[in-house]
Amino acid sequence: MELGGLLFYLVSVLIAGGIYAVLCLALNVQWGMGGLFNAGIAGFFAVGAYTSAIVTTAVSSKHLGGFGLPIPFGLAAAMITAGITGWIVAKICVRLKSDYLAMASVGIAEILRLVIVNESWLTNGSLGIAGVPRPFGDLLQGREADLLYLVMVWLCVLCVYILCQRLYVSPWGRTLRAIRDNEDSARAAGKDVDWFRLQTFVIGCAIMGLAGALSAHYFKFLSPSATEPLLVTFLVWVMLMAGGSGNNKGAIVGALVIWFIWSATEIFTSRLPPEWITRSSYIRMLLVGLLLQFVLQKFRSGLVPERSPKIRSD
Amino acid sequence: MIDFINLYLVPGLTIGSVYALGAVGISMIFGILRFAHFAHGDLMTIGGYGVLTAVWFIPLHPLLLLPFGIALAIVSALAVDQFFYKPLRKLPTIYTVIASFGVALIFRSLAQLFWSSGNEVFISGVRMPVVLFDTFRISELHMQVIILTLIIAIALHFFLTRSQLGRAMRAVSDEPELASVAGLDTERVVRWTWVIGAAMAATAGVFAGMDTSMHPNLGWNLLLAMFAAAVLGGIGKPMGAIAGGLIIGVAEETATYTWFSDEAFISPSYKSAVAFFIMVALLLFRPQGLFKGRLL
Repeated sequence: MELGGLLFYLVSVLIAGGIYAVLCLALNVQWGMGGLFNAGIAGFFAVGAYTSAIVTTAVSSKHLGGFGLPIPFGLAAAMITAGITGWIVAKICVRLKSDYLAMASVGIAEILRLVIVNESWLTNGSLGIAGVPRPFGDLLQGREADLLYLVMVWLCVLCVYILCQRLYVSPWGRTLRAIRDNEDSARAAGKDVDWFRLQTFVIGCAIMGLAGALSAHYFKFLSPSATEPLLVTFLVWVMLMAGGSGNNKGAIVGALVIWFIWSATEIFTSRLPPEWITRSSYIRMLLVGLLLQFVLQKFRSGLVPERSPKIRSD
Repeated sequence: MIDFINLYLVPGLTIGSVYALGAVGISMIFGILRFAHFAHGDLMTIGGYGVLTAVWFIPLHPLLLLPFGIALAIVSALAVDQFFYKPLRKLPTIYTVIASFGVALIFRSLAQLFWSSGNEVFISGVRMPVVLFDTFRISELHMQVIILTLIIAIALHFFLTRSQLGRAMRAVSDEPELASVAGLDTERVVRWTWVIGAAMAATAGVFAGMDTSMHPNLGWNLLLAMFAAAVLGGIGKPMGAIAGGLIIGVAEETATYTWFSDEAFISPSYKSAVAFFIMVALLLFRPQGLFKGRLL
């Protein structure tokens, strides 16, 4: 029983780790390849989660839709809406210094949070959306269903990884890295810098939307608190920085390592006396903040540093 | 009309004063150190808690205990600059932005750890508003905030235009290479930027905490409006930031007024979206701000 419980716990950690890996790959497209700062990850994640939930749930009078469509439609719709949201943000500030993009992305995340809390015709407000279906939900129950979902999440990670890897080695990715490393010379070489940045931001946001959808179908229930704004955004940044920005493998490694550490300290702190539990969660946040500073100063290339693809001479 | 002034304009000027004082720091740091300081809101929170702690031990009016909060905020800002921002100064500034994002989380978790995660008030009990000329009903706090902000703004203006240090700051903000070639001590300017920015942030934090209540997310929730105010005033223009803050504050409050019908023009729950849309409009049409700030 003890072993079964442990296995079950491991499965849940790996599912969440997979979702973080997708987010981390998305951020790697934006920051690692494109050098764009996105501080509103949680917002795009929430857009994806709510879109997929609304598209796939059964008809309901409590919120918009329930269109009851199959889950792949939900995932696709999540990517589209998150991508459109990202397009709006990027369109406004892509031509300015990246700090402005950072401000605007924080802003859009805040606006989206307001919309989710206030527009109850759309999202059922703070009560949330219940009954979000899980793929093959009627076939399997309980732990087997979790196991199946684990496989599906990691299949998504694999697909996103292959996509990102193709993007990275393609001429498109090469142009992006050129823009990231020296904007002026890329512009001088005739590259449309703003257009490339816009594409990068939209692709990254769409993948973030996919991660949101995956989490909605995992938890089967969605409320505004599910998208704790700062923590999600922040953890993903730490994951990518620690894993190695610019390297897709690094993004996945970073997501898993940081998520394992985060979950392991949770096991440890949950055994503390109750008056210490809330306190210890603040200490964990503090330590993650310090970890980011350490990585930024001493360990910028991360666990798996970026390696530019070889230049073929044919 | 009287209702408009009492219930919308004066509260707007009050919250605008908070934005103004916070935005001065953001604008100066952006101008001199060239990065958007994401931890500025949480620096306000730290300053606010500094005064709150002083209030627990010393039975005086919170505004008289401001120096404690200011001192705490200045020490925190200088320490953070020394340990977390300075080592990154040679890198592209976006790394410092990321670091400041982390510092925001560090400040907030420290506030939750040392104080509490709940709401705390500076002075308990209901205070009656002051009635002027039988028509204006303005709370004592709002008057204090607006008057103090005006005094600080005037002092800042004279500091920036008359004192040597203030002129050095404007020089570094306008043309950093020229300033350092001309022999200005850039590090000294940077230190004083933090001192002034942190002092104003702490003051703003106390104002905001007294207007509502003190809680660890207080400053972060104001950050967006302060960025909008800094952009509106023009980056690197402290006086512009003050004007920008007051404009944003008034715009937010008056947007909920019953302008065209009996219903609020913008639902009060979307108040904080007003700042965002002002910022978006600026970034689209006039990114240098009202007062010709830098376009970085």
